Amino acid sequence: MSDAKRKYALYLGCTVPVRAQNYELSARVIAKHFGIEFVDIPSFTCCGFPIKSVDQRSSLVMAARNLALAESEGLDMVTLCTACTGTQVEANHQLKHDAKKLAEVNAILKKEDLEYKGTVNVRHFARVLYEDIGIERIKQDIKVDLQSLPVAGHPGCHFTKPSEAFENFDDPENPHVYDDLINATGARSNPYSERELCCGGAILGIRVDVAYAMAGKKLQSVKDSGSEAMILICPFCNVMYEQNQKKIEKELEQEFAMPCIYYTQLLGLALGYTPDELGFKINRVKPIKILERIGVISEKPAC
Amino acid sequence: MEDMKKPDQPNEGTDQQSVDEVTKSEEPKVIRFEDLDPNFKYEIQAEPSGEFITRCYACGTCTASCPVRSIEETFNPRRIIHMALLGMKKEVLSSEFVWLCSTCYACYERCPQDVRITEMMNALKNLAVKNGYIHPAFTAQIDLIQGHGRLYEADSFVNKKRAKAELPKLTELPDPIKAIFKATGLYEYSTEAKESRESPQSGDTEGGSNE
Repeated sequence: MSDAKRKYALYLGCTVPVRAQNYELSARVIAKHFGIEFVDIPSFTCCGFPIKSVDQRSSLVMAARNLALAESEGLDMVTLCTACTGTQVEANHQLKHDAKKLAEVNAILKKEDLEYKGTVNVRHFARVLYEDIGIERIKQDIKVDLQSLPVAGHPGCHFTKPSEAFENFDDPENPHVYDDLINATGARSNPYSERELCCGGAILGIRVDVAYAMAGKKLQSVKDSGSEAMILICPFCNVMYEQNQKKIEKELEQEFAMPCIYYTQLLGLALGYTPDELGFKINRVKPIKILERIGVISEKPAC
Repeated sequence: MEDMKKPDQPNEGTDQQSVDEVTKSEEPKVIRFEDLDPNFKYEIQAEPSGEFITRCYACGTCTASCPVRSIEETFNPRRIIHMALLGMKKEVLSSEFVWLCSTCYACYERCPQDVRITEMMNALKNLAVKNGYIHPAFTAQIDLIQGHGRLYEADSFVNKKRAKAELPKLTELPDPIKAIFKATGLYEYSTEAKESRESPQSGDTEGGSNE
């Protein structure tokens, strides 16, 4: 695909634009840097992820509505939230392979004068960076030495799974795409024992103790591995690991003090953008030590 | 089988009483044939994503892979599937454990019989809702999404913050979502629908034309 054709409908979902503006800001910076044009479609609504538990049909129509809107603009969809990615990708997979379901969905969308024909592709922004920009091109543009900073990658379960709907673009049991992306920045994707553990975000509203225990187990494993930050691409996982970190520390009587940085922020630092431009002010667990060490801030931190 | 026998009630036979005590104490260790619903598995199969449940041969790969199970014993996918196949309809649908799947897809990827458990759990939860066992957390989410078109309000505070960060304004679009929920019937589970059903002027006095 030529540079000129890198134009996507940006699907923000519910959580990113309200609770993860640092992610949104930095994603827009990265897109611009690599000549990717994001088109905002204000009429997008929730992807349907929370509704799947109560009614899969409603969830499917909700996802299809967003797909139809992107299609009407002639654009493929790029997502930032891993949970939205899973829902939109899976719905898309179903609708492309099941004509009956597609017809049922369209019968409902028709009331809003919408129709989904099944032509849109949906990919997470990190996957777009991997597939369209590529590791080599990313490496070429690196300006700031991240000094092999050991970091723990956590893309979120729905980045690759269910693998069938994701066309097996990465091995779900032994994934490498996300590590390659992290390593391309000059930081080092550090292995840790609970790497595949889910954040527990989906059951936060059902059993807070279980959700906290899951997130705490992962945070401890990240800390034990000597990683200096977690690198995320899902605002839902961030709610668990960063926004609830203090509560989890209190609940489990453990201390993590683990900075959680979005991949787009990490890459942005390596490309030479300032912490301010990348929304670091919004990060709750301040990665000040890291920023000082790699020399992007001096004593008086911008964040 | 809902009510436990009161101790002072006359009993037909002591054998039956002791069976009841065992059955109703803590967990149902004894499974009584007459309590089972042999059609439950077909009900599950009729739901989207439920169709592959009968493939299960109870190997337990799901349970071994499950990150929730490693913390909370009551969530045990193999057990849930086995209970469902046996026909323990009420026990499954009224349980808290059906709501505890964190949707990580670890079991889904590893299941040698391709039961597609993560999605099958949605079929169970959807059936629980239809049978009157919706978890209150989800009623709240239906209300939010139906009321705002999104899970978090995009109010003036949020938009002020976004404007400051030079991010585009967010709009709330509840109408298309409400239309979808009305078409699928999910609307009936919202607080709005519940309140309108309960309101005294709901047309039961005069001229209540059935729509």
